[in-house]
Amino acid sequence: MADRTVIPFGPQHPVLPEPVHLDLVIEDEKVIEAIPQVGFIHRGLEKLVEKRDYKSFVYITERICGICAFGHSLGYSETIEALMAVEVPPRALFLRVIWHELSRIHSHLLWMGCLADGFGYENLFMQCWRLRERVLDIFERTTGGRVIFSAVNVGGVNHDISNEDLRGIVTILEDMKDEYQVLLKTFLLDKSVLSRLKGVGVLTKEKAVEYGVVGPFVRASGIPDDIRNFGYGGYGYLEDFEPVVSDDCDGHARCMVRAREVLQSIDIIKEMVSKIPDGEIMTKVKGSPADGSKAVSRLEQPRGESFYYAKGNGTKFLERFRIRTPTSINIPGMVFALQGCDLADVPLNILTIDPCISCTER
Amino acid sequence: MSAVSKSPWVLHYDASSCNGCDIEVLAALTPLYDVERFGIINTGNPKHADVFLITGSVNELQVPIIRQLYEQMLEPKVVVACGICACTGGVFKECYNTLGGVDVAIPVDVYAPGCAVRPETIIDAVVAGLGVLEEKSALLKKGELVSPEMPPLPSAADKMVQGERVSDTWKNNIAAAGEAPLASVAATSSTEEQ
Ligand code: SF4
Repeated sequence: MADRTVIPFGPQHPVLPEPVHLDLVIEDEKVIEAIPQVGFIHRGLEKLVEKRDYKSFVYITERICGICAFGHSLGYSETIEALMAVEVPPRALFLRVIWHELSRIHSHLLWMGCLADGFGYENLFMQCWRLRERVLDIFERTTGGRVIFSAVNVGGVNHDISNEDLRGIVTILEDMKDEYQVLLKTFLLDKSVLSRLKGVGVLTKEKAVEYGVVGPFVRASGIPDDIRNFGYGGYGYLEDFEPVVSDDCDGHARCMVRAREVLQSIDIIKEMVSKIPDGEIMTKVKGSPADGSKAVSRLEQPRGESFYYAKGNGTKFLERFRIRTPTSINIPGMVFALQGCDLADVPLNILTIDPCISCTER
Repeated sequence: MSAVSKSPWVLHYDASSCNGCDIEVLAALTPLYDVERFGIINTGNPKHADVFLITGSVNELQVPIIRQLYEQMLEPKVVVACGICACTGGVFKECYNTLGGVDVAIPVDVYAPGCAVRPETIIDAVVAGLGVLEEKSALLKKGELVSPEMPPLPSAADKMVQGERVSDTWKNNIAAAGEAPLASVAATSSTEEQ
């Protein structure tokens, strides 16, 4: 038996945008075990509900994570709306879906870029990020912010987008689609991409169920698990929704699922824009959540299912707020997928689950 | 202008940010502004870096890591705090696990505010940082560069809450309780809170 060595990986590592630490137990070049350590970004945001009233906490939830910022504020608002039985105007629901899907496009393109950077394809990285800037321009034009844009609030949305601008957004996305197809072809067929991702970090269907992983990670293992299927919020107005699934179970499958989801999101936005009703965008919310009232909501973030729980206590401060984020569920699956892989594939393996550490640790 | 400020290499580290500032740091490096054409290159190695871009507030676990990275960078070096979290603690200031801005751990030269900090602000801050870098390298040549003093090692007990140190509050509580056993101190502090 070869000697075992322990290689520390992180918290500062060129491929990791965020600090997470792994102790890799190595035998020859193979990883025998990976022991994760988290806690570098823990801030204690959930406890901050005791210091911020439920309306201003929306801005805190946005800052749980800058990439899924919109999703978190949306999930929080939906939970509070369920807690206080607030009816959200339909136009606001549509606008929320549009922004949420735009966030998904921006998040997936960001991830595809980081992945390309992870296997040393600098050019592809730059192209992905160049395309992503178009989405950020839409955010900036419609809300004024680039990554954190405070569009949602309890009861509706803060900004309206005129119908003309909405059509403009669709045109921008249509233009993007053509350029995106070129990128997609590279991810799909390029030899260097395939040789780095094919067969890397396999998580079979059975194991995916056993570890309960979520999001593109589980969809790449052949399980059509997508919360958007349940038609929460504005998704109920969609004609038809079919999650993107792949049966290959490896790193490349995860890449393809996300890549195809970008196209799906563009279609969703188009459908939403064609159907959007006119009307109010905000319901005035008065009072505070009743004592002992509880509510939960679920949401499909770019990285998978997020779960929100809130409990009121009769004052304008919540008693308890809790989130379960996709990455915290995906980490055990990732640690499993790391076992037996080559040391050189470790960064790619970590990247393909699209870890968002600041969501996980809050 | 010395060589170092013509092509400064940057090291980016996420101290405990929400990612918002990190992706903006990367956005400044990617085609939006493409600062690489000015020779600003992102490196993963602290020994190669001249400018330390650091985002997010600091917690106790991060302090030794940030200090290690800072100490591994060679002089002359500049620290740029990106985002309001890195400047002061920002929205996370009152969280129980946040000590404050980056300056509780290492000396900071340039502050770039914003939540999230805009790429333009980052570029401005780096340009301001180049001035500092220039001064430092001139001093280094003369052999007069004195490394700035490290801030005292912070701990969670030193955290400021509403302008008052947590540890001071405790000391006052203990003084108020006289030489009373700890249990009664805890009791007084909890009644004060109510
Ligand atoms: S300043 Fe804002 S965007 Fe930047 S890390 Fe802090 S909360 Fe996030």
